[in-house]
Amino acid sequence: MTSAANTAGRAGGTRALEVDVYEEKAFGFWLYLMSDAIIFALLFATYVVMAPNHAGGPTGKTLFNLSRTFAETMLLLCSSITFGFATVAMRGHRRRAMLTWLAVTFALGAGFVALEIGEFAGMYARGAGPQRSGFLSAFFTLVGTHGLHVGMGLIWILIMSIQALVKGLTAPVTSRLFRLGLFWHFLDIVWIGIFSIVYLPGVL
Amino acid sequence: MLGKLTIDALPFYSWVAMSGAAITVLGGLIVLGLALWFGIRRVWTEWLTSVDHKRIGIMYIALASVMLLRGFADAIMMRSQQAIALNSEGYLSPDHFDQVFSSHGTIMIFFVAMPFLSGLMNIVVPQQIGARDVAFPFMNSVSLWLTAAGASLVLISLVLGKFSTAGWTGYPPYSGIQYSPDVGTDYWIWALLIAGVGSTLTGINFVVTILKRRAPGMTLMRMPLFVWTSLCTSLLMVFAFPALTVAAALLGLDRLFGMHFFTNEAGGNMMHYINLLWIWGHPEVYILILPAFGVYSEVVATFSRKRLFGYASLVYATAAIAILSFTVWLHHFFTMGSSANVNAFFGIATMIIAVPTGVKIFDWLLTMYHGRLRMAAPMYWTVGFIVTFVIGGMTGVLLAVPPVDYLMHNTTFLVAHFHNMLIPGALFGYFAGYMYWFPKAFGFTLDERWGIRAFWLWLIGFWLAFMPLYALGFLGMPRRMEHYNVAEWQPYLIVAALGAALIGLGIACLIIQLVVSVRQRNEALDLTGDPWDGRTLEWLTSSPPAPYNFAVVPEVRESDAFHEMKRRGVAYQRSAQYTDIIMPRNTGVGVIIGGLAFVLGFAMVWHIWWLAIVAALGILIAVALRTFEDDTEFVMSAAEIQAIEDQRRQVLAAATTHVDEHTPVRDAALAQGVP
Repeated sequence: MTSAANTAGRAGGTRALEVDVYEEKAFGFWLYLMSDAIIFALLFATYVVMAPNHAGGPTGKTLFNLSRTFAETMLLLCSSITFGFATVAMRGHRRRAMLTWLAVTFALGAGFVALEIGEFAGMYARGAGPQRSGFLSAFFTLVGTHGLHVGMGLIWILIMSIQALVKGLTAPVTSRLFRLGLFWHFLDIVWIGIFSIVYLPGVL
Repeated sequence: MLGKLTIDALPFYSWVAMSGAAITVLGGLIVLGLALWFGIRRVWTEWLTSVDHKRIGIMYIALASVMLLRGFADAIMMRSQQAIALNSEGYLSPDHFDQVFSSHGTIMIFFVAMPFLSGLMNIVVPQQIGARDVAFPFMNSVSLWLTAAGASLVLISLVLGKFSTAGWTGYPPYSGIQYSPDVGTDYWIWALLIAGVGSTLTGINFVVTILKRRAPGMTLMRMPLFVWTSLCTSLLMVFAFPALTVAAALLGLDRLFGMHFFTNEAGGNMMHYINLLWIWGHPEVYILILPAFGVYSEVVATFSRKRLFGYASLVYATAAIAILSFTVWLHHFFTMGSSANVNAFFGIATMIIAVPTGVKIFDWLLTMYHGRLRMAAPMYWTVGFIVTFVIGGMTGVLLAVPPVDYLMHNTTFLVAHFHNMLIPGALFGYFAGYMYWFPKAFGFTLDERWGIRAFWLWLIGFWLAFMPLYALGFLGMPRRMEHYNVAEWQPYLIVAALGAALIGLGIACLIIQLVVSVRQRNEALDLTGDPWDGRTLEWLTSSPPAPYNFAVVPEVRESDAFHEMKRRGVAYQRSAQYTDIIMPRNTGVGVIIGGLAFVLGFAMVWHIWWLAIVAALGILIAVALRTFEDDTEFVMSAAEIQAIEDQRRQVLAAATTHVDEHTPVRDAALAQGVP
């Protein structure tokens, strides 16, 4: 964001000091992300603790399909790139390009969620639901929490697209888009953790 | 349609439960009556929808006070039950007794201590750093109402259904669906989840406020100590509360969907819950205690009329405690059976925390040393804290020794220890802060005599109530016993019950103090805004402060900024010109989100799925619509501010002849500043 777009307040008004409200919001959002990162860290720890507890049920080796996971990974990583393009367009004040890239991001994210729902449904149908064992409880909760985040991100992309359409690329809207970007890339990083801690060792 | 909720949920099973329900309903009606008396519209527009940090702070403390009465009612029930339950059933059934101790702990930690400290932080921190509000005023309102929603869930469990019987820590597998099939544990889970989100948001809000909104010149090492402790507490909230969220959510998944995180079968691991809970739980202890340490630091400096001794060491000690608090959680379950080396590590880490805490105690003592002490009510709480708290600290170091812990764990020795930390260490501090900052919030001082009476009753009551529990721990009495057959224990339990009764009288004194002070407020008006000859910036504002706190943002040159301004004679300087100020606009969205969160929690407890979906969607829509709202602020014009400030100067001029107690620094400042 440009600093000109950032300057707080309206003509004549002053805050306690020259507070940059959008920078404050970005900082607050970073703190939220760190707090959310701890939720994921603890879910990862829970998964690692529970992973050996198959209770005689199916294991990762029989359940995980690496090519499907690879497709999920590609969709999500590409959506991060397209979100990056949206950000570049936003900074250039090219609203239509930005909206297009947001739409592409949305499609990729929705594809990811669809693949994940399909994966969950398939496991459920094979009697490998979260009630089967401690391992599967931890798996569904960790991966599901990430999927839920992506779902929320999709809703947020919709909301921000509407705002960009209705309000244009105003300072509040661009600052929200910036924070949405942080959120979206954060989910990417978490997914890389899931891929390397859940799926890879599960298959190997 | 109503899930598991049927007419059987009403507490017709015992007269004790029925009277509890009746009192709860009556309390609700009284609150409603008060709102009608003040005028619903006024309560709604000026208070419930307010995003002013000072009003939010007052509402937090009002919530804490109401919940303190409820939590104390639980305490006196336990003490009286145990005093009479030698070879007898007493008057509480085992199931009921279990609910009482579970709700006592839950309420005191989450809905007394947390709102009380959030309230103090809200009222004081922005003023101490020379800011006009917190960084995110709307989010602040959301935090308040989420906390209130959690508290309401605990309260309504007394009327509809039951509360948890699994203790305030809710250990599985007992708290799992197999052994606790009723709704009690669900009430506990949802109250914690909802209030926990509120606390996380409060933490984020205050970290940003403190790091980004300080007045020019206020470097980190010039911040008042209460701001430092609030900063550390807020950081702990941001980083520790997620662990509670995870622990409670996973337990909820076990209960709701039959998952196997913490069950006894199918690969569950109940010890994992205990790890998760205490990864939050130990930092939580410091979340509660650090703000009180901040209050003591402010009080001791002001009433000794001295700079705080060892300011930097207090800052470093606070930061050290905050960091170390994440390294000791395992001492809550030494008996889990980790290896001796693991236990030794956590035992030593625990003992190390005593070092920075000891540093603080000496700093406060040395601040008083050679000071010109004024023994006002906040000072009584402070001195009472120092004397009492060190005992609890020493028993804590005892418990930190793993072999000793193997003998003492789960006995009343532990109960005595943590009450010895949290009553003097946290609650006394909140009371000191309440009496110290009350004039700032309301514009008149509290009655000293009743405050000091309350202190003595609390102090003596505390000693009588908890010292016998140390002895009982040595005699081998387990905690949470509904009845017993060891005659030797009973005399101690009777003394403890007497102590609890004295504490009850102490609470009565606090109520009387408030009533007396409100009725005689015209004789105790704080016209200067600086009733104690204070040292930090919150005393620069009028009492109660204007909505914007500071018409002109003060420039800070050293720590104890206000004291220094008074010495230089610039504290009450008239500003040549005022400028417009942007203020956040009140909004009802916070109340709506809190209300919907309550409905969501209630629906999840009773498995009323349609209602849960409606409430969750409602929250989502409320948040989404709020993000469309760009016009959340309004401008207070310079002329308006001029009028408020001119009136303040008239009051100040009158005040110079009306201050009760003359202090050289304040008198000189007032004389210089007022035309």
